[in-house]
Amino acid sequence: MPPALIERPRVAPPSDDKRWRIVEGTMRRHGYQPHALIETLHTVQETFGYIDEDAMRFVAQSLRVPLSQVYGVVTFYHFFTLKPQGEHICVVCLGTACYIKGAPQILEAIERTYGVQPGETTKDGKLSLLAARCLGACGLAPVAVFDGQVVGKLSPEDALKQIRRWENDDGR
Amino acid sequence: MTVDELQQLAVKEQEEKQRYKCCINICVATGCIMCGSDRVKEALEEAVKERGLEKEVLVKGVGCLGLCSAGPMIYIEPDGIIYHKVSPEDAPAIVQGLISTPVERLICSPEMPFFKRQVKIVMENSGIIDPERIEDYIAVGGYQGLVKVLTEMSPSEVIEEVTKSGLRGRGGAGYPTGLKWSTVAKANGARKFVVCNADEGDPGAYMDRTVLESDPHRVIEGMVIAAYAVGAQQGYIYVRAEYPLAIRRLRTAIRQAERLNLLGNNILGTTFSFHIELRIGAGAFVCGEETALIASIEGKRGTPRPRPPYPAEYGLWGYPTLINNVETFANIPAIIRNGGSWFAKIGTEKSKGTKVFALAGRVVNTGLIEVPMGITLREIVFDIGGGIPEGKKFKAVQTGGPSGGCIPEQFLDLPVDYESLTKVGSIMGSGGMIVMDETSCMVDVAKFFVEFCMSESCGKCVPCRVGTSHMYELLRRITNGIATTGDLELLEELCDLVKNASLCGLGQTAPNPVLSTLRYFRHEYEAHILDKNCPAGVCAIQRLEEVPA
Repeated sequence: MPPALIERPRVAPPSDDKRWRIVEGTMRRHGYQPHALIETLHTVQETFGYIDEDAMRFVAQSLRVPLSQVYGVVTFYHFFTLKPQGEHICVVCLGTACYIKGAPQILEAIERTYGVQPGETTKDGKLSLLAARCLGACGLAPVAVFDGQVVGKLSPEDALKQIRRWENDDGR
Repeated sequence: MTVDELQQLAVKEQEEKQRYKCCINICVATGCIMCGSDRVKEALEEAVKERGLEKEVLVKGVGCLGLCSAGPMIYIEPDGIIYHKVSPEDAPAIVQGLISTPVERLICSPEMPFFKRQVKIVMENSGIIDPERIEDYIAVGGYQGLVKVLTEMSPSEVIEEVTKSGLRGRGGAGYPTGLKWSTVAKANGARKFVVCNADEGDPGAYMDRTVLESDPHRVIEGMVIAAYAVGAQQGYIYVRAEYPLAIRRLRTAIRQAERLNLLGNNILGTTFSFHIELRIGAGAFVCGEETALIASIEGKRGTPRPRPPYPAEYGLWGYPTLINNVETFANIPAIIRNGGSWFAKIGTEKSKGTKVFALAGRVVNTGLIEVPMGITLREIVFDIGGGIPEGKKFKAVQTGGPSGGCIPEQFLDLPVDYESLTKVGSIMGSGGMIVMDETSCMVDVAKFFVEFCMSESCGKCVPCRVGTSHMYELLRRITNGIATTGDLELLEELCDLVKNASLCGLGQTAPNPVLSTLRYFRHEYEAHILDKNCPAGVCAIQRLEEVPA
């Protein structure tokens, strides 16, 4: 591990949003070392839901990493997103077991009904559709995650039903 | 904590457990939680309390019981009864069943081949111990391997024992573990690192996640033993962000081990110190490749670099680094406790021990299995897996994920070991095993894997970045029914190029799914090209006149 760097002036966060303290906490715990970049970006995304340019500039300056490298890392890894997500998130697993058992049909049904492609959010900002590589729940294939709740042995109709439930909840 | 205190703790825990007449073990790994096992657990606790049996019956959350498709699963000790597909409403009946006769309609026979044919080493504590309590692990003999190593063995003796066991890397390539350890031990470096590769990216594989969720201390113990053997002071576990439960349990486990002085400075009162930190991946399949994984731990883009120098000599920040897979480390405590020659008795001549597979796809019993090396594919698919559902016909079994291949029916009696699988054009891989029946189109399956490799290619070397995307385009033409026989020749030529010219394992193995399906299912490719017909009825073949000129 490279030696810890000497004292440096503190970089001011982009805004006085208190959540930046959580991000600073992660960087401090790793001694503001450049190798803490991915860990810090995880914290930013966990805290704010996505990583915007302000956040990237702040992290780059604090860790003394070129902004280009931060941008490179953020765009390299699928887990990081530059745009805010929709109100509800539906992740359809496209792992091998799910693929064999009909996940493409589920995805297609959602795409057709809501006019979104994987990685996109509906125009009203209500629904984000994502495709996952493998959720590791192959025993229950095909699976999808609806706002963090994993549902297995799905059919396209079940999936649409789950999403319609959100619409009804919001309509109340 | 000293060695004596550890032994006392183990005895105390065992006595504590004996005070209960019986124990209801309910699986709380991801698969069963998805089926609602956390609610079942609450209902069971409630039912036990209602009947005033708290002092006699212990309700415990445990690791994976294997049969994920029939979750939530329950295992009752000491009766050995297994219940499946349990719902919260069944709780009172199950508690009543402890006193009178068991609930017949929920019973899943422990005699069925799914359970009988397995041999458990890595998963020996799965379904028995609570993964969130270090005391449970210690009570079943946990950390005894570490005690033995620290009190009785020199580092070179540890390596000798691992070499004697014949253990090979469980990440897929099958490099002898003992040899890797001795290379790192011999390497010169001011510091050394031990890294656990838990970046299980193969779609269709979840063995490592289940091991981490079911028995995290086992992996930690294996890492500490490895660190002692090679002389490392710092370790990292690189785990996928997609596995939140595994991350949480690992964090808990590391904290508990530190508290009991099984990790940290002066472990068990000796002069040996070792620390473990977690590093969370960010969704890049290529990071399973060791040099890319190292780049990612260093906070960079996960791109591989040419080897040599191998990480054993030039790894994390340029220091000698030992990288092993989760399952490899999980084998170590048992090897140390029982001896290398005990381990070497299991398996075949060149492939020792057991292997955990994630059995999924078109098979009746989907779930996690641990089988001795050398078992045949037929036994796995038809005995343990229970055959193909709905009376369909078996077509192929896919092992090794995007780096592996499809094995057709004529090789069903092939023993499962590293060499045999390689010989028929597939690989052992990390342990994903997907069964396909007649409803799967092999060209479509090949396209699926090539699409995967294409989008997961890191883009550093041209053969992989450009080659896989051209392979995908050719396969797309074939599945759309607009390809010519020339396209098939071009595809074969391209496979050869990508395989031989790519920088890392991702590119070098990306053509495997295409090559193996071309080898055994060429008629399906030809049906798409010549007859404009998909035999399995999966591909949407366009009619010629619809194709724009």
